[in-house]
Amino acid sequence: MGLCPFNKKGVKKSLLSRLSFDIKKKLDTVFHLFFFIMAFITVVVTFLIVFALILDAIKFFTHEEAGGFPKSLIRFFTETQWTPTFFNKQIGIWPLVCGTFLIAVIAGVISIPLGLLIAAYLSEFASFKTREFIKPWLDFMEAVPTVVYGYFALLVVTPILQKFFSLFGIEMEGMNALSPGIVIGFMILPFTASMVEDAFRGVPAYLREASYALGADKVTTFFKVVLPAARSGVLAAYLLGISRALGETMVVAVAAGMYPNLTFNPLEPVQTITGYIVQVALGDLPFNSFEYLSIFAAGMFLFILNLFFNLLAVHFKSKVKGY
Amino acid sequence: MREKTFSALGLILSLISILFLFSITISLLIHGWSRLISPSFYASFPSRFPEQAGILSAWVGTVYVMLGAIFWSVLIGVPAGIYLEEYADRSSKIARIIEANISNLAAVPSIIYGLLALGIFVYRFNLGESILTAGLTLGLLMVPVIVVTTRESIRRIPRSIREAAYALGATKWETLFHHIIPYSLGGILTGVIISISRAIGETAPLITIGALTYIAFLPPAPWQDFIGMLKSPFTVLPIQMFNWVSRPQAEFHTNAAAAGFVLLVFALAFNALAFYLRYKLRKKYAW
Amino acid sequence: MSKVKLDIRNVSVFYGKKQAVKEVSFPVYENKVTAIIGPSGCGKTTLLRVLNRMHDLYPDISYKGEAILHPEGINLIDKKVDPLKVRMRIGMVFQKPNPFPKSIFENVAYGLRIRGINNKTELKDRVESALKAAWLWDEVKDRLNENAYGLSGGQQQRLCIARAIAVEPEVLLFDEPTSALDPVATAKIEDLIGELKQKTTILIVTHNMQQAARISDFTAFMYLGELVEFNPTEKIFVNPDKKLTEDYITGRFG
Repeated sequence: MGLCPFNKKGVKKSLLSRLSFDIKKKLDTVFHLFFFIMAFITVVVTFLIVFALILDAIKFFTHEEAGGFPKSLIRFFTETQWTPTFFNKQIGIWPLVCGTFLIAVIAGVISIPLGLLIAAYLSEFASFKTREFIKPWLDFMEAVPTVVYGYFALLVVTPILQKFFSLFGIEMEGMNALSPGIVIGFMILPFTASMVEDAFRGVPAYLREASYALGADKVTTFFKVVLPAARSGVLAAYLLGISRALGETMVVAVAAGMYPNLTFNPLEPVQTITGYIVQVALGDLPFNSFEYLSIFAAGMFLFILNLFFNLLAVHFKSKVKGY
Repeated sequence: MREKTFSALGLILSLISILFLFSITISLLIHGWSRLISPSFYASFPSRFPEQAGILSAWVGTVYVMLGAIFWSVLIGVPAGIYLEEYADRSSKIARIIEANISNLAAVPSIIYGLLALGIFVYRFNLGESILTAGLTLGLLMVPVIVVTTRESIRRIPRSIREAAYALGATKWETLFHHIIPYSLGGILTGVIISISRAIGETAPLITIGALTYIAFLPPAPWQDFIGMLKSPFTVLPIQMFNWVSRPQAEFHTNAAAAGFVLLVFALAFNALAFYLRYKLRKKYAW
Repeated sequence: MSKVKLDIRNVSVFYGKKQAVKEVSFPVYENKVTAIIGPSGCGKTTLLRVLNRMHDLYPDISYKGEAILHPEGINLIDKKVDPLKVRMRIGMVFQKPNPFPKSIFENVAYGLRIRGINNKTELKDRVESALKAAWLWDEVKDRLNENAYGLSGGQQQRLCIARAIAVEPEVLLFDEPTSALDPVATAKIEDLIGELKQKTTILIVTHNMQQAARISDFTAFMYLGELVEFNPTEKIFVNPDKKLTEDYITGRFG
């Protein structure tokens, strides 16, 4: 005889309530399944991304216009021009990679020192009120639409830079790598400043106090104690910031340039992997055409690059010492 | 003293960064002023003539696409967050895979989502270059944030409340629907609002799936022709701005600035709303 | 002689490999108050929570033994017995008052609602009688729709008691119910427990020996996971069988 839930002192409960009790329990299984399926869909999404990229990237590399596999792969990594949309199809990825990294490096050069000083100030010197005031603005940088950053780079920063360089007799083109690089540098401050500041805050007070007790001032303590202690978290933040810069699309689409250019000169126009994809997507894009497939090949490359930096960041995050 | 210089430097640099944000806002405002104060800007379609070009199709498109995005992101993200917090065994392989996967998805460039949508949704699933595809794509983009905020909200509910419910004989789903979800709704809502503020400005994935940059019509209204609305070509506000800023004529740049200012105001408004909600919620529940 | 309502036999509880409760056995008599006392960490709360299957919520905890509920003779902690059905008949009041962030009325009504009772009149009546039985009715009758968090600590705990007794449990488990309350609130709840036992069977864990002496009919003394002694309360406090019990009672440790 089982336990009847409503049976107390011999009062018989109706068939209906006993039935509904069973239904209630079955619902538990139904909901469990539903929630699991929704969670699993997120895994499916990643699968679909990889699937979509690989499928059409393979079609690209086996395409006759690319020279067929494996010749196409060799060309991908050895040619120095990227012109899949032109009549004379060259498929060297380097100009796009070069543009992507040139801008990311500029962004890093601006953002890393800037962010480091800001983060050090906020965590070691600023009062509670100041920090509470400044930090949300840093995080708000993420909320600004990137096309707005692009506008700012093209129509405000570039003219200023042009005037600046003309003082030295250097001519800078309207589209260039420097301007978007600077803007993206500010754009990734949520990583290079805010996230880095979080890493500094994670360093326990007693480590600092040991340094102060020995007579060191705050600046020395910061560089010699706090920064080394937080280095894993800081590195992870930088990697995520660079990863973000590598994947940025609209700022470069607006302000960097319209054609691939293999150069290290930040004053020249360049095109990034993302900029190329957007440019091609803006035009007519018949399904399975060579041009269509080329954006998937480029996208696949970007995805792998991005994955590499993300995994590296995860690796360093896992090394963050839980004090 | 060295400390004072360092501290002053840090403060100045922080203020410069904030100044950066402000100069963007102000330059948009000043540059776009003439169009911003003209009511026809908000009610006109794009045009060859910059003075007549407006953002009507763009903001209507944004509204429709965002509604779709909210639908998909909540449908997938909230249950996924519930699963990870309430059902999954923390140490199990599947839970860790799902968690790691969501973290990775959060860091994938948005244009890759565009390629996913183009290759799979537009062509292989045959959903076309439509509002449906756009909503689905942006929705997927928003899922990681929704999952994280859902989990955080649920985690804040103390164990004792759950135990009280179970001790009274509640099933797992009863505890979930009568207690856990109602008490975390505020936090979930905050997460949704933050995702909206970011998704409003998303351009790259939508360009990739074929959002038009010049559309002089409105998609059918959802209450008149829902399926027609879903299948309709469209544009959104950031794309309209991109289109205008890419033109050589300076007059179109004025329109771009105006459109950008509208975008910025909405992004800021939603962000502020989320901030405010978070503050109010902290006070509402005794925990 | 009183009847046995719940017969605890050889119950053991494990946190992973560590054994927190070791083969504890004692009877819980119907319509009486049985107290479990012992120093911190002796396993008394762990034992209590086995009885309404709270440990089922946490995967690292395992247990074995029997807790036979009379008159049917069902083993409550048998894995084959649905924990839901156990909790429908065994209630619990927790250490820290934990009302739901809902109205006072809804707090008490919740247990009834999930048992399928939705009739407005019936709910009203049963909520009222539960609040009266918990000695809270007069203080809240005019503000049933207000949020429960507006009540004081003592009132919240009485609300939790009302919530638990609204569904008429056969055994009511109390897990150190007054440890978070002031002396006045504590006294009120001690008196309340004395009255509640007429309607149900009460098992209370307390770290406060004097409380056990005041309100319980039987007392179980546990130490390091084992049951040291079980006897009528008077005997435990006046003339215990074991020296260990005597040492604890006289304050030599704990």
